[in-house]
Parts: sequence; C-alpha cells; structure tokens
Amino acid sequence: MNDSVLKTLTVSFVVCLFCSLLVSFAAVSLRDAQNLNKLNDQRIKILKTAAIYNPDESVESQFTKLTPKFVDFSNGLLLDEYEELDLTTYDPVYFSKQANFSTPIPSDLDIAIVKNKENIGKIFLLKDDNDELEKIILPIRGYGLWGTLFGYIAIDKDLNTIRGLEFYEHKETPGLGAEVDNPKWKALWDGKKIYKDGEIEIAVIKGKVDPSNAMADYQVDGLSGATLTSRGVTNMLAFWFSESGYQETLKNINYDS
Amino acid sequence: MTVKKYKEVLTKPLLEENPITLQILGICSALAVTSNLSVTLVMCVALTSVVSFSNLFISIIRNYIPSSVRIIVQMTIIASLVIVVDELLKAYDYETSKKLSVFVGLIITNCIVMGRAEAFAMKEKPLISFLDGLGNGLGYSIILIAVAIVRELFGAGTLMGYEILPLVSNGGWYPANNLLLLPPSSFILIGLMIWGIRTYKSDQVEANEFRLSKHATAPDLSKRELNA
Repeated sequence: MNDSVLKTLTVSFVVCLFCSLLVSFAAVSLRDAQNLNKLNDQRIKILKTAAIYNPDESVESQFTKLTPKFVDFSNGLLLDEYEELDLTTYDPVYFSKQANFSTPIPSDLDIAIVKNKENIGKIFLLKDDNDELEKIILPIRGYGLWGTLFGYIAIDKDLNTIRGLEFYEHKETPGLGAEVDNPKWKALWDGKKIYKDGEIEIAVIKGKVDPSNAMADYQVDGLSGATLTSRGVTNMLAFWFSESGYQETLKNINYDS
Repeated sequence: MTVKKYKEVLTKPLLEENPITLQILGICSALAVTSNLSVTLVMCVALTSVVSFSNLFISIIRNYIPSSVRIIVQMTIIASLVIVVDELLKAYDYETSKKLSVFVGLIITNCIVMGRAEAFAMKEKPLISFLDGLGNGLGYSIILIAVAIVRELFGAGTLMGYEILPLVSNGGWYPANNLLLLPPSSFILIGLMIWGIRTYKSDQVEANEFRLSKHATAPDLSKRELNA
C-alpha cells in the first residue's frame, strides 16, 4: 500500500514541505543574530589590529573611535563619499566580486592571487584626542596555502612602521599555517618597517630573524612548517603596499597631514 | 519494551557496540575535528542532537515511508536537521562554528546518522529510536573526546585552550608533537583504541575472511627420477 505512486508523491511532498518550513524558519529567525556575529567578529579584528580592543566594552562604542574613509584606487584619494555607497556598511570584499565595482588584476602584477580588486577600498583612521592621525588600518588579503587569507594591518602615522596584523578569515592548516593567529607571532610585527628607500622590503623569512642583521627591521620570523603560508603573507604585503595597492593612498595621507 | 531495553539501547553503543570502534563509521569527522577539545565538544553535541532527532522523526513516520524513496526521505530529514544545527551555531557560537566550518554540514554524510536511521529507526518506536540515537551519539562523542584530549594535550600542550604543558616555543619545556595536530594522527589513535578494545572484548574481533595455507615446498627436482 505504501508503495503506490500517489502515496510516494504525497509522502515526499509532505516531508519536503515540512523540512523546508523548518529550515527557512531557522534561517530567517536567526539571520539577525548571525549577521551581527559576523560584523562584530570583523570589527573586533579591526580593533585588535589598531590595538585598542577592550573585551569589557561594547564593540560598537569602541568602533566609533575609528574613522572610515573610502579609497579611490585609481588616484589614491581619500574620500568621505562616493556615489551612492554607504561608508558605514560598505564591504570592499563583497564589492570586489561585483563586475561593475571591480577590476581584474593583470596576472603579472597579481603576486598575491587577489584576482579581482575593488575600485573603491575602505580604510580606517585612528586619531588621538587632538584629532591628530595616530594609526591607519588597511584591509589586506591574499592567497596562502589552502585559500585566501583576509586580514587587517595597522601602520603608524610615519606611514612606514607596522603596528599590528590580524587575520579574520583563512583556511590554513591548524598548528602550522594557522599559527598566523598565534599572539606571539603577531606581536613580532609591531615596529617592523615596510619601505626602505621607497622599495617594499618587508618579508616573512625562513627561520628566525637575526637581530644584528641590517635588514632585521624589515624581516619577520617564518612560521615553521608553513613555508607557503609565510610566503603568502609576504606576497600579500608586497601587493597591497605596491602601486596596485595603497602606495598612492599613503602618499596622499602624507600630503594631508 | 521494558526499562531494561531502554537502558540497553542507550548504553550498548558506548563501548560494546561503539559506532566508531566496532562499526568503523563516522571516521571522517573523527579525523577532522579532533585537534582541539572545545571544537570537538561542539561537534559531539551537534552530531548527537542530529542523530537523536533524525531517529525520532524518521521513527514517527516510519510506517508511512514508501520503501522506494526511503533513503531520500531520511536524507531530507537529516539534512534539514543539520542545517538547523549549523544555523544555530552560527547565531550563538560563532567562534566555534568558524572553526568547524564545513564539518557541521558534513554531518549529513556521517554514516552513523544514516546507519541508525536505516538500521534502527525504520523498525522501532519513536522513544526507543531517540534513545538509540542518543546512545550512538554519545558513543561517537566518547571516542572523539578521547582522541581530542590526546591530540590537543600532546600536540599543542593545552586543553580547552588552557595551557597544561608549557611549550618550548612559549618559553616552557614541552616540545609540541606536530604530528598530533595533523588529521592522520587520529587514524593512529583510533587504531590503537580499536586494538585495545578488541583485546579486552575479544568477541569484537572479526573472523578472518580467508585463511593462509601452509607454505608449500617446491618438489626437489634433483631427486626426480629421470624417465627414459
């Protein structure tokens, strides 16, 4: 009796209907909480990069200390408005996937395998109490071993000294490449320099940095067992601080301040 | 249907009929999510709730499922439950859900869930099916937690993120065993566990599928009589 065509169709239909109701109810009712989590997580990383994160305070109120700015990658200008984009909610990674708002990177320049770059970026400025520029937080991304690493880098007002580095999304091997999240390793970045005589010299090297080395300020210890991830981080920085990235923007900030 | 039977379906899968060590099911996630104990615990809760509730729901409608589409019906129910669990994790435990990433979704393909639905819930009443799911989920959890404790403690020197063995790289004395942080190490650990359990409970040892025959010696040609 159970195997008649009508019964089969009815049972399948009822089960599917019931299950789809369950799934859509869960998805819709939890969506707000999920989006909030995602946004919060990213904001915490930005605050951590700027080294002003305090877990006891609400993320939202701490985030007001940062001033977001649009970056026009075509000329490196900092903008407060750009067409109809909303500065508070603008997500550069999302727009890097929209054909009208992004440009494919020529493969010879694409050292970090970013593939498509958004035309308009978004960076954060941290100002002190006297409204003087203190740090700049730049979003960066690039390919590691298993996938793209997404993160933020904070640089000092001298536009050359790194103050912090955080990744908020990556797929690297736990215990090896995923050590990019190790606080000890991240602490090594504070004080490292990017440009030497206008050339990008910052690199994650193999093994430990010899402090007596003349280039020690431009080098960070490699992650042991994660050569490709280390190389990915080097490439990522080389890309985002080159002319394809924020180099022009940083020059403009120099003029402004 | 006595209390004894309920107790039996709940406790048997813990050791005697453990889904991992006896039935060798669900190995994939046992390899993937056991490098860190707190992540493992969340995975265990997720799998246990999916297998319990899928057993419950499938058992409720077992008499109406046409046998021609029964696997698809089971999969639909399991997949829906997994999506709900995934959504809940993303909403209430975002950090862990990020670490578990794709492995929550892969509960759908976990053989334990499907196996219990097909072998138990299709035949038995709802309550006992639920308990069977719970028992099997817990049996899975016991093994995963044991593997995770070994892997995290000796691989990273921590448990639940708290430092137990100070690592050399953090200025301590313990040189971390990186092999334990890689998935293949769970193969070795689970293998050792199966060996241990089967030594203790020798009735679990499977009969050999074939028998090696005695080594036969080749005939000595030098002594062969030559035929004229």
